[in-house]
Amino acid sequence: MTSFYGYEPKSRLFLGTAQYPSPKVLEDAVRAAEVDIVTVSLRREGADGAGQAFFDLINHLGVRVLPNTAGCHGVKEAVTTAQMAREVFRTPWIKLEVIGENDTLCPDVVALVEAARILIEDGFEVFPYCTEDLVIAEKLLAAGCNVLMPWGAPIGTARGLNNEYGLRSLRGHFPDVPLVVDAGIGLPSHAARAMELGYDAVLLNSAVAGAGDPSKMAKAMALAVEAGSLGREADPLDPRDMAVPSTPVFGKAML
Amino acid sequence: MTVLVAGAGVAGLVTALTLAEAGHSVRIVDKAAGFGPSACSWYAGGMLAPWIEAATQDAVVKRRGVTAIDWWAERVPVTRNGSLVVAPGRDSSELARFARRAEAFEWLDGEAIAALEPDLAGRFSKALFFADEAHLDPRQALVALQARLAVRGVTVEYGADLAAEMKRHGGTVIDCRGMAAKPELPALRGVRGEMLIVRCADISLSRPVRLIHPRFPCYVVPRGDGHFMIGATQYESERRGPVTVRGTVDLLNALYALHPGFAEAEVIETGADLRPAFPDNLPRVVSDGRVIHANGLFRHGFLLSPAVARDVCEVMDGRQAEFSHVPDRQRQSA
Repeated sequence: MTSFYGYEPKSRLFLGTAQYPSPKVLEDAVRAAEVDIVTVSLRREGADGAGQAFFDLINHLGVRVLPNTAGCHGVKEAVTTAQMAREVFRTPWIKLEVIGENDTLCPDVVALVEAARILIEDGFEVFPYCTEDLVIAEKLLAAGCNVLMPWGAPIGTARGLNNEYGLRSLRGHFPDVPLVVDAGIGLPSHAARAMELGYDAVLLNSAVAGAGDPSKMAKAMALAVEAGSLGREADPLDPRDMAVPSTPVFGKAML
Repeated sequence: MTVLVAGAGVAGLVTALTLAEAGHSVRIVDKAAGFGPSACSWYAGGMLAPWIEAATQDAVVKRRGVTAIDWWAERVPVTRNGSLVVAPGRDSSELARFARRAEAFEWLDGEAIAALEPDLAGRFSKALFFADEAHLDPRQALVALQARLAVRGVTVEYGADLAAEMKRHGGTVIDCRGMAAKPELPALRGVRGEMLIVRCADISLSRPVRLIHPRFPCYVVPRGDGHFMIGATQYESERRGPVTVRGTVDLLNALYALHPGFAEAEVIETGADLRPAFPDNLPRVVSDGRVIHANGLFRHGFLLSPAVARDVCEVMDGRQAEFSHVPDRQRQSA
């Protein structure tokens, strides 16, 4: 069982909590998918206690909270937001997100490494939202990250795994580091594919929150993550060109 | 026996008028010094758009909301020109998705859009038109409701000490205080919203236009005389205080995406307040002895207040209603 900073979740699906039609719909989705970890955006709006009513609803879900620095654009902003998150949710965990480009919401990986270094020195357990770049991954690990969260595709695009080769090579280079595909998932098949590539978990939000029936999609994603994970463990066949009959025909009696 | 309505926002005024029309003797009290921005309905968009809401909200919002159009139109000035939903070119697939979930609309092409809204000619190649929807000017509507109440001898008693009035009153109290009722309704939370009003002589719209945008969905409601209301951001935050730069930028970006001609518009007003909401974002009518709380209308103050007022009447008569809800502390002990 993969451990994320010492915690072994039963479900390999992590769910974001933004953009649901109501907190009740969010709660139903969390229950339907039976997730153990949810991420929460600590918007600046909520940092001064003003978001407490919503955070109380999140805490009431009884699952582990991974606060995030969604929407932060620089090292200082991300570090400050992480520190506020630690106070609000009383956890050393932080999903570190530093946005570098506004159209794709592409992570600013240089600032990410710097912010991760500062936060880890300060005692945080950092889940960095990164790209599939191997060198940046090395630097994040050197800074003290014990988990990597490369994007599947830009946030909210529902495009699935944009660079499967990149994700596969990341898995290959870091066989022992917990890897989570974060963002860009739209369909259950995308989530299953991430697990088939050997990823340890999938983090998604919009695909469920924006679905016509969030609970049903949450359940579908949970099943897909489990299916992909089981399929990976079962040592699947490799694709081949020549057909192989599942029942031998040679020598069969022809009547 | 006189019924006391506490709070003269949209929920309180609609409830008071509904009760008065049903033959009850009514008093309505409010803590504010006079009619103005102390009620969050002051900042409302005033769209009566049940079929648009069906795309993103619980089905009950549409079902209970459709009757609001006639209710308002019989009592205050309402514009029944329908509403439009558009999306910027690269988000046009979002429009198809929205259409799958909404109801009672027709697809328009660019020519049909231009026929309805000449100033949007050439801006969008597709739109959804909800012909049966309507809109009103919230401030004008609330003034008109007060005039209707005055005809029945009911005047809002401003500057009242609500706690004292509610305690002193011998009969039924309908608590429509919104966020101020949070101590009695612990499940209630505030959802911050921000809005702007601009004045633009160059552009004219005859109906609300909703812009679907993956990041900043917003709507623009014509208020007449070149004025437009732009709403509304939505944050899970109970912070009060002025609009933020981010909220303003998001709303203005969306306005500019609707028509670049708005670039020269003057920003007349900015406003921010909290929408009272329960965890399912649906209203509740909570009977707690002598006090009936009508609250949690979220972003549907004008769309759902007539239905909530009807449910208040049902609950006063001892019946269950759709929005009936038992008090939180009873649920906890149950």
